[in-house]
Amino acid sequence: MATNTLPRTGQISARRTTVFMKLLMALSGALFVFYVLLHMYGNLKIFAGVEAFDEYAYHLRTILTPILPFGGFLWLFRALLVVALVAHAWSAFYLWSKAQGARKTRYVAKQAAKRTLKTKWMRWGGVALLLFLVWHLLQFTILKFNVGPDAVGDSPGKLVISSFQVWWVVLIYLLALVALGLHLYHGVWSATQTLGWAGGVRSRRNAKATATVIALVTSIGFALPPLAILFGFVKGN
Amino acid sequence: MNLTLKIWRQAGPRAQGEMVTYPVTDISEDMSFLEMLDVLNEQLNARGEEPIAFDSDCREGICGMCGLMISGQAHGPEVTTTCQLHMRSFKDGDEITVEPWRADAFPVIKDLVVDRSSFDRIIQAGGFISANTGSAPEAHSVPVPKPKADRSFMAAACIGCGACVAACPNASGMLFMGAKITHLGELPQGQPERDARVVSMVSTHDHEGFGGCTNVGACADACPKEIPLDVINQLNKDLRRALMHGE
Repeated sequence: MATNTLPRTGQISARRTTVFMKLLMALSGALFVFYVLLHMYGNLKIFAGVEAFDEYAYHLRTILTPILPFGGFLWLFRALLVVALVAHAWSAFYLWSKAQGARKTRYVAKQAAKRTLKTKWMRWGGVALLLFLVWHLLQFTILKFNVGPDAVGDSPGKLVISSFQVWWVVLIYLLALVALGLHLYHGVWSATQTLGWAGGVRSRRNAKATATVIALVTSIGFALPPLAILFGFVKGN
Repeated sequence: MNLTLKIWRQAGPRAQGEMVTYPVTDISEDMSFLEMLDVLNEQLNARGEEPIAFDSDCREGICGMCGLMISGQAHGPEVTTTCQLHMRSFKDGDEITVEPWRADAFPVIKDLVVDRSSFDRIIQAGGFISANTGSAPEAHSVPVPKPKADRSFMAAACIGCGACVAACPNASGMLFMGAKITHLGELPQGQPERDARVVSMVSTHDHEGFGGCTNVGACADACPKEIPLDVINQLNKDLRRALMHGE
């Protein structure tokens, strides 16, 4: 039998492995987990009224002033989020295409495909979240267009309340939150595994419990303001 | 027992394959799955047809040679190897789909036989310790704590059958690699090459065309040796450490 030899292409380095890509995904994902928790908490200010919400929005722009100019911290944080988003999506698409190429002939028996559902949810859910993000940023950050019935002026709080009086806007957000919850559940658990923190039966159980709590708290926390506005518990004036 | 088998037939590595249906009759439930295929092959031989090629060696569940995707489950419905799967796990009249392991890193040679040399090349890349040959040193001269010895032994139970790759939605070989990383990483003898081992093995794994891990856990469920998912956790941790050590 001939000796097995493998021509080496490129340099061998820990940075050029799929596991490194997973690390990149885990770390950028961790920043997003921190961010969505913060964002979710901030949204709950709408329950304290439009004024409190607007004051909170204004305060985000005065963090670390006068060392930084007005809105400086917010822009720095946004830049960091964009870098993390690029890293997260890049590593995801890289690993996705690698997995696609790893089994070009599929199984005939469908049961073999059952377990792929989680992976599919993660990938297509991620794409759905990316599309939602574009819509969400256009609606509340970049264009700030108002699809609702009320006049809103410059008030972010009034824009939120006016927008969520429209049922289909609420529906889009609820669907996005389902995707976010599932993404967070598998993502948080996956990150602990990728970072090497789920080495035993107990730590794995803890990691899954943490993932469940973060996913539930985030998606329910985000869902409360739109639902409260739609059903008239929170009013603009 | 009477069964209907749908089996992948492929004449050679480059030939176009297809699923072919074979009825089998008078199967004893005490037969192993491979013995059932032997019976079918005898019938095919008697009719002058080409028998179905499949891998097997020890037939006692310890060598890792056999391995079939049986109705979408690697090694079939029990936690064991295909050779130790018995027909009592099926019902009379069942329709059973038999396919080879599907992964581009495991190309089909013929029918149900796949080439798993990519696993050998991963082991060659780092799944060893470098030691001078000669008389074995006194075993007690290097103390190994019992829990570490146990975990090492648990991981060393991997027989390299490839069920983890076959069951993985990404056709990833991480459980196989993680088992070797854990096996050697728990022992004092594995320490000098620990960083180089993980980087070299993972690089070879990726180069062979296996996919990455998405932490689904289908591999650990399919493993006939019940190797747990936390060996992949260990692999990730070792690679992170190697990265920080500048490998």
